[in-house]
Amino acid sequence: MIQFVLRRLLSAVPTIFVVVTISFFMMRFAPGGPFNLERPLAPQTMANVMKTYGLDQPLWKQYFTYLSNAAMGDFGPSFVYKDNTVAELIGKALPYSIELGLWALLVAVVGGVLLGTIAALRQNGWIDYTLMVIATIGVTVPNFVMGPVLTLIFAIMLSWLPAGSWGDGSFRFLVLPVLSLGLPQLAVFARLTRGSMIEALHTDHIRTARAYGLPPRVVVITHAMRGAMLPVLTYLGPCAAALLTGSAVVETIFAIPGVGRYFVLGSLNRDYTLVMGTVILIAVFVILFNLIVDILYGLLDPRVRHD
Amino acid sequence: MSLMRTKWHAALLLGSLLIGASPALAEAVFHRGNSGEPQTLDSAHVSVDIEAFVLKDLFEGLTIYSADGKIVPGAAESWTVSEDGTVYTFKLRENAKWSDGSPVTAEDFVFSAQRVEDPKTAAEYANILYPIKNAEKVNKGEVPVDQLGVKAVDAKTVEYTLERPTPYFPQLMAHMTALPVNKANVEKFGKDYVKPGNMVSNGAFKLEAHIPNDSLTVAKNENYWDAANVKLDKVIFYPSEDDAANIRRFEAKELDTVYHFSSSEIKRLREQYKDQVRVTPALSTYYYSFDTRQEPYSDVRVRQALSMAIDREFLANEIYNGAQLPVYNLVPEGMEGYGKGPVPEWASMSQIDREDKALELMKEAGYGEGGKPLNIEIRYNTNTDHERVATAVADMWKNTFGAKVSLQNSDVSAHYAYLTEGGKFNVARAGWSADYGDPENFLSLMISTNKSFNYGHYNNPEYDALLKQSYDETDPAKRMELMKKAEEMINRDQPIASLMNYANLWLVSDRIKGWEDNAVNEHLSKYLSVAE
Repeated sequence: MIQFVLRRLLSAVPTIFVVVTISFFMMRFAPGGPFNLERPLAPQTMANVMKTYGLDQPLWKQYFTYLSNAAMGDFGPSFVYKDNTVAELIGKALPYSIELGLWALLVAVVGGVLLGTIAALRQNGWIDYTLMVIATIGVTVPNFVMGPVLTLIFAIMLSWLPAGSWGDGSFRFLVLPVLSLGLPQLAVFARLTRGSMIEALHTDHIRTARAYGLPPRVVVITHAMRGAMLPVLTYLGPCAAALLTGSAVVETIFAIPGVGRYFVLGSLNRDYTLVMGTVILIAVFVILFNLIVDILYGLLDPRVRHD
Repeated sequence: MSLMRTKWHAALLLGSLLIGASPALAEAVFHRGNSGEPQTLDSAHVSVDIEAFVLKDLFEGLTIYSADGKIVPGAAESWTVSEDGTVYTFKLRENAKWSDGSPVTAEDFVFSAQRVEDPKTAAEYANILYPIKNAEKVNKGEVPVDQLGVKAVDAKTVEYTLERPTPYFPQLMAHMTALPVNKANVEKFGKDYVKPGNMVSNGAFKLEAHIPNDSLTVAKNENYWDAANVKLDKVIFYPSEDDAANIRRFEAKELDTVYHFSSSEIKRLREQYKDQVRVTPALSTYYYSFDTRQEPYSDVRVRQALSMAIDREFLANEIYNGAQLPVYNLVPEGMEGYGKGPVPEWASMSQIDREDKALELMKEAGYGEGGKPLNIEIRYNTNTDHERVATAVADMWKNTFGAKVSLQNSDVSAHYAYLTEGGKFNVARAGWSADYGDPENFLSLMISTNKSFNYGHYNNPEYDALLKQSYDETDPAKRMELMKKAEEMINRDQPIASLMNYANLWLVSDRIKGWEDNAVNEHLSKYLSVAE
């Protein structure tokens, strides 16, 4: 097991290297630069700025400088948010995104698995149809619609909840962003669970368990659930990585100071170092969660073993 | 994970929290929507208005703007100008202090100016202080920083020697780049002086907290010379750049002001919020530049015709819902001593007559229906409003000349990189906002040697000569006349088609008192108060 984890972590190094290299050069091929603003800089100023940030060096040199600095844990200063290094910006923003993401993940997984299971047990009944129609709507309504609609109802019309901001981080500030972030994922989990649960309920060992006269609750929870969770688990990895590294849309709509919007803002502003920082962060999270999912696989399914 | 656990407890209290309103605030707090995260709080690196709003509450320049947008004494109590207009001597207020209680000194101002011009600082706006003697040379690294024309005569007197008479120099001293920094503080913390806990400032407020993309809090500075008249205890700047979200937060009474929002919202907001919607013409111009280096835009008749055929009333009223005003010349109204600039003679015609005249000119030039085909590409930076303007203009040119018009958009960074680096184009959107209220700030855009901002490479030696003359002219009235003559040339040659005068859009809650509209868009929080 430990060997498996170590092997996977080692193989992550070349993956990240490739991601860094591709992103670095793709970013540079985009026209414009971090200092081409709506209000253009005077030529002398531009020259001074380029020199200060080392952007006057040949591209390959900048690449190797970046690589060696990054390897030492120095991701450089942000070209746009000049008072901060990339590590500072991400370090300050990540806890917000993670907290928001964890809540959204919790809502999505618990809610999704629960509703999916209920729908599967009532397959083709009215509960099933109602739930699946709601789930389909949940998947198809994008969060940039969901967020404002929730705000309109709960913040402006009813004045129950704040329309935005992290505030003091208390629950009332989190409700709307967590729902906007979590509901579409909840819908995905519900559909996945329903599908695999229906399949699991039709397998031989469940039929056998039922024939033995085991109570339905035991059959569903201890036997069917185990097999049904595998596809759900597969989706959990990338989903968790996506939720925990923040959503640009939800963070912008609710003015959450998270890391998600740095990726988008950074790209638009050509903030090279900030984009690289967020790309690496996302890559690390994706690799990490896929690893966790693989380990969980082994626990759930005896056929998958990591020796 | 202890954070998460407390959240669980919070969840248990859901009911009471949902209903529980925030406790009555004893403090006077202004929740200021600022529509964007400041890129920096270092006056040497700031470049946009939303940064200036924060910085000018924290720091006070020699001069500042009053609530109605006039230049008034700030950290300086008075100033004098030498006979020839090239030496300005500012007398600092005896009681001007930094937030740590130390006195504001002439040495601080010398240090700050040198820091901005030092090429090692790479200040984005260094060029705005080029009127100071040797500033450009220092900034290019040609002479050492101590050669800069700023000196401390004594602890409370600072003297600026200029390259040439610069009548708008007192306005320059109110610019964010000319704000002072505390020498001891900057030397102690280096670039980290901008962080909460480190920063020492001399304005009406001091930095208390800053969470990027969440909030920036400034608190009343008790050491400020005019602290007795500062009515707010705190100003919280909210940096969200999402218009729609900001409006929702205004409607939920979480924000007292919203700066910048889509003009398509104006009508609805006006109906609902009446005079809380503030639309104020600004010192800025929205224009289309023609690439005068190539056919057919090198032909003045083609440029005139294209410009005349644009129905500016339509753009301003239909697309911008009156949030912009139609204009026919480059220099916006409201510059001290300049009044309303000259406009082309066709500006007084009706749009139908203009179109007839335009068609005539275009025929004369040999383009359009019956002549050489007219294929025009309009470049603009990606933005819904700019797209709607470009689409409308394309339609106008199609209808008037039978031109084939295509649109080409790219994001802000790419658009301006292309233009400033001399990329060829047909017609390109651009805009300019005043750094200081003097026509020179606009007219210098069209000088042939201005390689970066003269996108269309307009090259008229006569125009260049007139501006040069205006620089050497010490009599303010004559200087204005020279600049008017220069602007008449732009009106005649139409290297650009000036389309609209931007307006600044603000939502200002009734709760805020002391807010005055002004063209320079300066709104120091120290003039404001909140109604209980």
